[in-house]
Amino acid sequence: MSTEASTTPATLHGCLLGDSRGQAVLFVPKQSYMSTMKKLVDDGFEMCVDLTAVDFLTHASRTLPDSVAAERFEIVVNLLSLSKRERLRVRVQVSESDPNIDSLFDLYPGTEAMEREVFDMFGISFAGHPDLTRILMPEDWQGHPLRKDYAQGRIPVQFKGAAS
Amino acid sequence: MTPRESDTVISAAAGTNEGNQELRSRSELTAKEVMREVGAVLRMSEADAALLAEVEADPGEDQTMIINMGPQHPSTHGVLRLMLELKGETVLRCKPIIGYLHTGMEKTGESLTFMQGGTNVTRMDYLSPLNSELVFSMATEKLLGIDGDIPERAVWIRMLLSELNRMSSHLLFMATNGMDIGAVSMMLYGWREREVVLRFFQKVTGLRMNHNFIRPGGVAADLPADWRDDVMSILDMLPDRLGEYDVLMTNQPIWRERLQGVGIITQAEAIALGATGPILRSTGLAWDLRRDMPYMHYDELEFDVIVGSYGDAFDRYAIRLNEIRESMRIVRQILDRVPRGDYRIQDKKVTPPPRARIDESMEALIHHFKIFTEGFKVPEGEVYVAIESPRGEVGCYIASDGSPTPYRMHVRAPSFVNVQALPHMMRGGLVADAVAVISSVDPVLGEVDR
Repeated sequence: MSTEASTTPATLHGCLLGDSRGQAVLFVPKQSYMSTMKKLVDDGFEMCVDLTAVDFLTHASRTLPDSVAAERFEIVVNLLSLSKRERLRVRVQVSESDPNIDSLFDLYPGTEAMEREVFDMFGISFAGHPDLTRILMPEDWQGHPLRKDYAQGRIPVQFKGAAS
Repeated sequence: MTPRESDTVISAAAGTNEGNQELRSRSELTAKEVMREVGAVLRMSEADAALLAEVEADPGEDQTMIINMGPQHPSTHGVLRLMLELKGETVLRCKPIIGYLHTGMEKTGESLTFMQGGTNVTRMDYLSPLNSELVFSMATEKLLGIDGDIPERAVWIRMLLSELNRMSSHLLFMATNGMDIGAVSMMLYGWREREVVLRFFQKVTGLRMNHNFIRPGGVAADLPADWRDDVMSILDMLPDRLGEYDVLMTNQPIWRERLQGVGIITQAEAIALGATGPILRSTGLAWDLRRDMPYMHYDELEFDVIVGSYGDAFDRYAIRLNEIRESMRIVRQILDRVPRGDYRIQDKKVTPPPRARIDESMEALIHHFKIFTEGFKVPEGEVYVAIESPRGEVGCYIASDGSPTPYRMHVRAPSFVNVQALPHMMRGGLVADAVAVISSVDPVLGEVDR
């Protein structure tokens, strides 16, 4: 990430505007997530094309702008402006102790399934989500598969005489 | 096998159930819950949702019925399961339940190198595998910083394959759509025409599907010497066949009766739901990433973005039919413009040495071995790249920690988002039209569940 601390860091709605390989990235603090997203809707980002998360458990030392405190989880929202033909990526740090964030359902109804997927795969809850249930895994599944401390499944391969 | 201690969570697989994911009957719900659920699932305004919740306050269970469609229903295109609440023959509520084909491909992607990643993503949208490979390769190249250095020939080959793949995918849609509506001969025609395109893919890549042909740095191999003749024979064959489709379906009153006015979605709804591709274009919005946010060399080509005006199933059918024609137009232009040159980047970092070099150079042998066992390291960073697949915007988000495997690899699957528009299209429609509506969304369940 080439978010060097230049003399005056670019901001948008009071949030740090960074750049990742030529793509605009907005680092939004969790507490101002909803208010910033509302402003972005007004800015013409009509469509939320994607919402996902990353678990940085084993890569805590990632490069982030100085003013952003790294947390374990990161919510990544990809917005698209059809009228301006622009993309903007919003990254929000979510802590391990409080894996909870506001739901975007009221702004972008299409995020309903995406937030369910993040809940299912990462165990991050979305406050205000109308139907927060697992979507891909069975309802009684234990654990959240895309977390880094969740082991990858494997098929036992048996070799004669070899310890498995 | 003695399980590792971290494997324990996986053993819970026996006797799983969907529980709360299912549509619950109204007798089990309070009015408030119904309103919230209805509002969520059908994405209605509060007032509309309240109206529908009120209606249901009194009726006995005999008035509405929840039926289950799928996951083995032949018209659900795989393993999509829909729970429908019916009143008579009218669909009141609908909820898609997915996950039956979930194989954890995003998790698998974290343990495959960037070199191997193509084999994984190509199995997501198995009807347009080359587009999935393309978006994964483009994201990797952007992380590597070599996205501007891909040889021209490789870029044009990628465009050629991407467009041919769009044709084969839409041809299969013609087949399945026909089959779902009851035009069984159309099913045979569609599969037949698609097979011609797949035969070309087989000649180029060695495989009919799941090619793993487009790789970071270029493509896996050069085109065969007589590829122009093969493509020309496809282009010569198709126009007449597409004309037959018009006679068989487009202008046929039964076909129109069956599709027109069915599964309507408005432009505002499609945007709010994030629906892309033919669904968004059927509402009259000319949004096509190839034209609006051009990648590769699409800005140098002439083609039209096909739009509908009613947002119904017929528009989506007609858009796909005409997109085949537009893709043919693009392929014709590509034919003249594929230059000579390398088919993959000559960057030692990502490209294995040529086979001949391995016999004469120890370094080349070591290099070859390293690239295929360890993979190449990709600098730390994160990117999101999106392209227009036959189903809409397919995007790839990769976060890299500087190792040879992606730290996180997420694919924004167009079908996953488009399927969520189903409840909206179905509400108030007839249960007999449900099949036509599912078909018109053209979901690929491999991509929905990943």
